[in-house]
Amino acid sequence: MSDRVAIIGVGFTSLQPSTPHLSFKELMFEAAQKAYLDAGIQPSEIDSFVTCAEDLNEGLSIFDEYTPDQLGAVQKPMHTLTQDGLHGIADALMQIRSGIAELVVVEAHSKASNIKTPEWLVDYALDPVYNRPLGLNPHALAGLEMNVFLHETGIRAEHCAQVVAKNRSNALRNPVAAYPLALTPMYVESSTYVSYPLREAEIAERVDGCAVVVLADEKKALKAQSKPAWVCGVGFANDSGTLESRDWVRADYARIAVERAYRQASIQNPREEIRLFEVDDTYAYKELQHLIALGLFSDGAELGRSIEAGETKADGKMPVNVSGGALGMGLPLEASGLYRIVELVLQLRGQAGARQLPDVRLGLAQSWRGVPTTSGAVVILGTERPNEPA
Amino acid sequence: MSRRKVAVVGAGMTKFMRRALETPKELAWLAAKSALDSAEMKLDQIDCVVLGSAPDAFDGLHMKGEYLSDGCGGWKKPYLRCYVGGGTGVYAVAQAWFQVASGLFDTALVVCEEKMSSCLPHPQAAFLTIFDHITEQPLKPNLLWIFALEQTRYMQTYGIALEDIARVSVKNKRNALGHPAAQLGADLTIKEVLASEVMAWPVHRLMVSPTSDGAAAVVLAAEETARRICDRPAWIQGVGWCLDTAYWTNRDLAYPEYVEKAAWMAYRTAGIREPRKEINIAEPYDPFAYKELHHLEGLQLAPKGQAPRLLADGVFERNGDLPVTPSGGLLGVGNPIAAAGLMKICELFWQLRGEAGTRQVPGKPERGVAQAWGDLMQVGTVVVMGTKEPA
Repeated sequence: MSDRVAIIGVGFTSLQPSTPHLSFKELMFEAAQKAYLDAGIQPSEIDSFVTCAEDLNEGLSIFDEYTPDQLGAVQKPMHTLTQDGLHGIADALMQIRSGIAELVVVEAHSKASNIKTPEWLVDYALDPVYNRPLGLNPHALAGLEMNVFLHETGIRAEHCAQVVAKNRSNALRNPVAAYPLALTPMYVESSTYVSYPLREAEIAERVDGCAVVVLADEKKALKAQSKPAWVCGVGFANDSGTLESRDWVRADYARIAVERAYRQASIQNPREEIRLFEVDDTYAYKELQHLIALGLFSDGAELGRSIEAGETKADGKMPVNVSGGALGMGLPLEASGLYRIVELVLQLRGQAGARQLPDVRLGLAQSWRGVPTTSGAVVILGTERPNEPA
Repeated sequence: MSRRKVAVVGAGMTKFMRRALETPKELAWLAAKSALDSAEMKLDQIDCVVLGSAPDAFDGLHMKGEYLSDGCGGWKKPYLRCYVGGGTGVYAVAQAWFQVASGLFDTALVVCEEKMSSCLPHPQAAFLTIFDHITEQPLKPNLLWIFALEQTRYMQTYGIALEDIARVSVKNKRNALGHPAAQLGADLTIKEVLASEVMAWPVHRLMVSPTSDGAAAVVLAAEETARRICDRPAWIQGVGWCLDTAYWTNRDLAYPEYVEKAAWMAYRTAGIREPRKEINIAEPYDPFAYKELHHLEGLQLAPKGQAPRLLADGVFERNGDLPVTPSGGLLGVGNPIAAAGLMKICELFWQLRGEAGTRQVPGKPERGVAQAWGDLMQVGTVVVMGTKEPA
C-alpha cells in the first residue's frame, strides 16, 4: 500500500453533437480499450471500478447495472456516483489510499443526444414543491445568477464574451473538440439573449463522448508509466441544494473544494505555481466566477483587468481552458471533469500537440455539475512525485 | 501512513411506513439528526457526508442526490452520492469506510433515504425502467416475475419445498414485532403465509417485502476520534462489494457468485477464515423470503442448498446458534431500498452494543455481518462489524 497515487492511463473518444451509430456501451468500450492500452494493463489486473452517471440522463434506472461488461469489470468491485468524473478521481484516490485497491478505473460518459428534452429533464431536478411549479427553464436560473454576479463583482458582459471567443478559438487546436470556431467577442455580443444578460453563444452545447482514466498506487504507477501524472490534491464540496439558501455570487462549492486541494498539494500561491487551469465554463460567466472562487483573483476588478490584458489566453501568463473548455469542446455531462483530466495529463506528458504549453509541471481541473446544483470538485495533477501524499 | 481503523459511533433511523407525510429531505434529516444525537455529535463535527439512495425514479426527481444534499446535512461540506441499486444501503458504509480509512476525513455521516410512495399508484411501475430497453422492456417484466424465476431455480436445483421458504417470512415478521420502527411485524404461521395470494408462482404475497418510505443514518469515525467520543464503538472489520454482468439471463440463478466474492473480499480484510464459526449474527438482505436463504449460502454461512434445513432446525432463530435477521429485516421492518440496507448496519450496531432491547440476541455477540443485494440480481455488498478493533 502506498499513499501516493498517479494517473497512468487515459482513453477518450472524440466529442460529437450526436453519435447515432454508437451505443453508450460502444463509447465506453472504445475509451476503456484506449485507456488500458495507454496504461499498459489488462482489465483483469484492475481491482476496482467507478462510474459517474445520472439515471435520468441515461434513460435507465439503477444505471450501474449496465456498466461492467464493456469495461471488463464483471464480478469485480464496481460502484456508481451520481457525480462528476472529478468526484470519481477523488473516490479512486481514497480507495487506493485505504489500501483496498491498487489499480482503479474511473469512467464517465455522455449520451446527451439521446435526451430529447434536456430542459424539461432539468426541471425535474428542481424542488417539486417550491421551485418546479414556477416552470423555469434552467438557463433562466443561470441568467439570474449571471445578473447578480455581474452586478456584485463589476465584471462586464464583454468580459464574458471574451471567454467565449478565447475558448472556442482554443478548441481549434484540439482534435476532440466539437465546437471549435474562430470568432470575435463582438460576434458573441450580437447573439440573442436567452435570459438577460445570458446570451445564446455563452451557453455550452451538450455533446456525446466517453473518457476513462486509470489510477494506480505509487509502486504500480512507477512500473507502468514513464510519465505518470501524480495526483497532488483533490477536493469536492456542495453548497446548499436549495435555491433560496445558497450563495449566488461566490461559487462556495469551488472555494471549499479548492482549499482542501491546495492544502494537500502545499500550494501557497496558485497563480504562480500552477501552469494551467481547466475550469468549468458551462456558461461563460461561470469560468470567471470559478476563477475568483479558486482564489486566483481577489475581486472582479482584478479579474477584469487580467482578461483585458489577455492573461488567461493560451499564450498568456495563466492559460485557462487551453482545451477549449465546455464552450469549445462541448459539454459531455458527467464526463466533463474527465475531459479536463485528459487535457492536464496530455499537457503534463508533453503530448498535447498543437496546443502544448511549454514547461507544464502542475495543472488544475475544476468542475461544476450545472443548474440547479451546487456540486463541484477540484483535482490538481503534477509531473513531480509529491512530498506529501494527497 | 497506513490504513486507519474506522468504527460506527452512532446510528439512527425513521419509522418505515407505506406513505410518509415528510418530504424526502425531511426523512433524510430526521435520520441524520437521530444518528448524530446517538453519537452525541453536532453537524459541525462531521467532515464529509455520504448519501446512498437507489433510483431517482421513486422520489420523482432528477439528480436526487443534489436535491437531498442539504437534507442529509451535506452543505458547505464534501458530499457524495453513491449507489449500486438495492445494494446501496450496505455499500454506502463501505464508501464512507474508505473515505475515512484513507486519511482524508476523520468523521463521516452516512445517510440512506428512499421515498417510494411518491410513485403513484405503485412504485412497481418505476422498476420497468431498470430493464434493458431493447431486449427486456418490451416484455414488460416486473420484479415479482424475475424473482419468481430465481426462486423457482433455487427451489428446483436443491429440492426445496415452499414451506421452507415461508418459514423465513414467519421468523422475520415475528422478529420485527420487537422493532419500534417496523412497518409489518406480525405473528404468522407457515400455513398463513402459504394461504396468502400468489403474486407470481411461487412467490406469495407474504413472502414479499413491502414498499416503504424511510431513512436511516450512521456516523463513522477514525480510530482516535472513535475511542475518544464513544465508549463502545462498533468497529468496521471488513467491506466488500462485487458487480456481476448485466446479462442476468446468462447466469445460473441458483447461487449468487457475486455475493460470495463480495463476502470473501470483506472476510479477507477482517481476517475471517471460517465464516460459519467466526460470525455471531447475520443480517442478510431479505426483500423476498427465499433471498435470505440464498444470501446465507452466498455469505458462506450455510452450505449450498442447506440454508432451509438449518432454518428448520432453529439455527437462525434469535436464540439459535447463528441468529439471522434479528431486526425483522425487509420482510418485517420494511423496504425503503437503500435505507433498508443501512437499517441492517444500524441493527448490528445496536446488537453489538447490547442495545437492541427485546430484539437483543443472547450471549454478547462479538461479530456480525450485514449484506445487501440489488440491480439485475447482480450486486452483492457486505460489511463485517465487531466489538474488537481490527488488526
